[in-house]
Amino acid sequence: MSVMTSAAPPLASEAARPLVEVKNLGRVFDVSKPWLNRLTEGLPRRLLTAAAEVTFSINKRETFALVGESGSGKSTVAKMVVGLIAPTTGEVIIDGVSMSDRRHDADRRRLRRRIQMVFQDPYASLNPRWRALDIVAEPLRAFGIAQSEAETAKQVGELLRLVGLDPADGTKYPHEFSGGQRQRIAIARALACNPEFIVCDEPTSALDVSVQAQILNLMRDLQDRFGLTYLFISHNLAVVRHMANRIGVMYLGRLVEVAPAREMFAKPKHPYTRMLLDAVPDLDLTGRKRKPVEGEVPNPVDPPPGCPFHPRCPFANERCRVEMPQPILTGGATVRCHAVEEGRI
Amino acid sequence: MADTTALLVTRITTRERIRAVLGSDLVYSFLRSRVTIAAAMVTAIIVIAALLAPLIAPHDPYDLRQLSLLDSHNPPAWLSGGDMRFLLGTDDQGRDVFSTILYGSRQSIAIGVMATLFAGMLGISLGLIAGYTGGTVDAVIMRAADIQSTFPAILIAMLIDGTSRALFGEQRNEQIVFWVMVLSIGLSFWVQYARTVRGSTLVEKNKDYVLAARLIGIAPVKILFRHVLPNVVGPVLVIATINLALAIITEATLSFLGLGLPSTQPSLGTLIQIGQKYLFAGEWWIAIFPGITLAALVLAVNLLGDWLRDALNPKLR
Amino acid sequence: MTPVLSVRNLKVEFPTRRGVLTAIDDVSFDIAPGEVLGVVGESGAGKSITGTAVIGLIEPPGRIAGGEVLLRGQRIDNLPPEQMRKIRGKRIGMVFQDPLTSLNPLYRIGYQLVETIRTHSSLSESAARKKALSLLEEVGIPAPDTRIDAYPHQFSGGMRQRVVLALALAAEPELVIADEPTTALDVSVQAQIIALLKRLCAQHGAAVMLITHDMGVIAETADRVAVMYAGRIAEIGPVREVIKAPLHPYTKGLMGSIPSLAHDSDRLVQIPGSMPRLTAIPSGCPFHPRCPRAFVPCPTFRPELQPEQSSQVACWLYHPFPVTAAAL
Repeated sequence: MSVMTSAAPPLASEAARPLVEVKNLGRVFDVSKPWLNRLTEGLPRRLLTAAAEVTFSINKRETFALVGESGSGKSTVAKMVVGLIAPTTGEVIIDGVSMSDRRHDADRRRLRRRIQMVFQDPYASLNPRWRALDIVAEPLRAFGIAQSEAETAKQVGELLRLVGLDPADGTKYPHEFSGGQRQRIAIARALACNPEFIVCDEPTSALDVSVQAQILNLMRDLQDRFGLTYLFISHNLAVVRHMANRIGVMYLGRLVEVAPAREMFAKPKHPYTRMLLDAVPDLDLTGRKRKPVEGEVPNPVDPPPGCPFHPRCPFANERCRVEMPQPILTGGATVRCHAVEEGRI
Repeated sequence: MADTTALLVTRITTRERIRAVLGSDLVYSFLRSRVTIAAAMVTAIIVIAALLAPLIAPHDPYDLRQLSLLDSHNPPAWLSGGDMRFLLGTDDQGRDVFSTILYGSRQSIAIGVMATLFAGMLGISLGLIAGYTGGTVDAVIMRAADIQSTFPAILIAMLIDGTSRALFGEQRNEQIVFWVMVLSIGLSFWVQYARTVRGSTLVEKNKDYVLAARLIGIAPVKILFRHVLPNVVGPVLVIATINLALAIITEATLSFLGLGLPSTQPSLGTLIQIGQKYLFAGEWWIAIFPGITLAALVLAVNLLGDWLRDALNPKLR
Repeated sequence: MTPVLSVRNLKVEFPTRRGVLTAIDDVSFDIAPGEVLGVVGESGAGKSITGTAVIGLIEPPGRIAGGEVLLRGQRIDNLPPEQMRKIRGKRIGMVFQDPLTSLNPLYRIGYQLVETIRTHSSLSESAARKKALSLLEEVGIPAPDTRIDAYPHQFSGGMRQRVVLALALAAEPELVIADEPTTALDVSVQAQIIALLKRLCAQHGAAVMLITHDMGVIAETADRVAVMYAGRIAEIGPVREVIKAPLHPYTKGLMGSIPSLAHDSDRLVQIPGSMPRLTAIPSGCPFHPRCPRAFVPCPTFRPELQPEQSSQVACWLYHPFPVTAAAL
């Protein structure tokens, strides 16, 4: 029963330091055409700032959500946090160990086991040529968690049962499962090495609503049971509200507002957050007066100068067009907005 | 938890596997196409006959003691002057044409299969490495492929053949010639595998299941062979089948040009080359029967390749 | 008043080597002039196939195996392909999830609009272009006189979907079929397109069949909603009723499983299991294996859609079940 026992509840003293600290994280991608084309066509280098100056922290057993539309950089941040993409600037510190510090190689390797990820598309995140039990067993074998094949099989069975699947179905291939069942397999794989911290990148956006409810409920149950910490990436505000303790809103690679969930939904501060909340069609809020939303997300390759949101912002003034706002603390929230800073809204 | 352990350890039984194969879409589409079934039968007959040549051939064309120049230039058995011992007639050295075809097919198929395997292994490995590593390695491999594809197969074969003559002298034994053929045909066919595999690898390596494997620290080589490779072999199988036909043709061409196997160990191409000298003398059987066998084999393998391509393409189903 | 669209006992089948799959079974509904009917369901419910059947674009070997489709009282499901092609575009406009499926990437959008307008009317080239310009302005394309000569790839996703709307409305159709028109778009753009779709159809007097998996979009847009499950309609009724007081246990579960912005919920309502595959649709009521309130007749007898309050529902909880079932 090693799967269940080793995830002991954290001690009270441990809660003092956040489990995950993301400091000034940034990533620039080179999206230029090949060198030869640039030379012959006289094109400049094109850089895409997928994320910049992203700072937040996540406490143990907490769910921190990043929301944003396409091109907001939320998935890039998720991949940097788990170490799949190297950051251009800043660092990710997990349990006091910097993930970009070469000196702590051994510590980092040990940390690997404690961080896992659940991906968006359960059709792409499971190798179609592998049986479910081999998929779930891979981390067990890679980290040498199970001592023998029999032990591996036993643990895989427990894991499958844990996520609500029949262990006998382990011999099936991914295409024989429904979307929700596949996401359960992906969750079982993520749980296999007893992680403390799981990054969930849009885990339910490829699923139907009733299946989404099953998966969200399962994730919350698992969090309670094993004391998991989640970084939850989503574009769906209702899902985020249901799952998160604290929320960060991203726009064009920057965190524009970070606030406790309740506060954000009761009193959104940043004009973009307000606009998002207003734009979501919701069953219980039909018939409300909606402010017309203007414009679309600009191309992140050449973002507007100053505050990136200013072309769509009803409160933008001259300062917003030239000067990037810095994060300020108001109430329980951190906001990047000149209008909020100046008390105009 | 003994019950689940037992269930999980149980591997898929052979019977289940056979049932799964018989119920698959591949078998279904095979059984629905008469052309494909015919092609498979022709291929099977030629391959089995070639494999069993020492058992079913009435004569051993390699055994000089059995040959007699008195029996040379015999027409097929049903023509006047034909000898019942030599069903399809004899060639200029008195060898039974039917037997030499059996032994010749053996040579042709062996070289074709080995060359295809060699090209496949080389191309798949280079394609996987190029696609997964990217950057300079990718650029170097793919430029090499570009250069390779500007040389026709025959030119490469002549180059290698020439090199081997320089190395081993004119008196090369059949073993060396055999491998020279495999090497030269294989070298001219790897490019297509490499390009295809590289393309699929570029797609697969960004899929989340590869990211998930990277996340738990699986080594790149292991990811390549255990995760990526099984997902890119589909199109490779199609190429391999069509390439097998091409390789057999190329070998025949080379042998016909005199670069290939010697007349003492003839392949189908060598037989046609021997026969064409006597075509205008009216002794058509020496060239035509090996020619028909070669055409039938290549056409059948090609048809199988076409079927495989369509059957594996989900868009056409 | 004749409904714009009337679907009667529609049945769509896909013959496969493993037997005939029934994708749509006995589906009936009407859309009144100017009405927006939402068709909602999870993947595999058959909502898109219903839309494709109405416009006669079921891909062979799939076929309409029964029932009829009436456009303003005229049967259109048995028309020859040539006549059906004239009806599509002229009398029925179409909007799909991916705007690029409706736009040809090789032609300027102005050309595509003018072609569509001229195919279905007798307008001259210049009059058609004038109309195209006014349509683009109407759908909110900024500076339409310069943008009209742009190619589809020069537009953003939201702008493309606006162009598709202009294209769908170009021939003043009586009915617009919109299949997941906002699914590929960002939330903020989604709201714009929904508002636009609603306003345009009201202005042009077109009825709308809005197919989507997003209950929120339906709540904002539709007048009535049909909830589909396993190729059948489980419940159909006024949007407010279906959302606030769903009758069918599936609709109830579906509504409860949607997280809300308005209030905290500790646990979402969970329907066990998943939508059956077409190869294994349960007998009787197809929802019975997942239904918390299934009882005697459900596994054996198929409930018909029958009126209940202001809606119609296919569930034995609301109708007297057959006597033979009671005897079991």
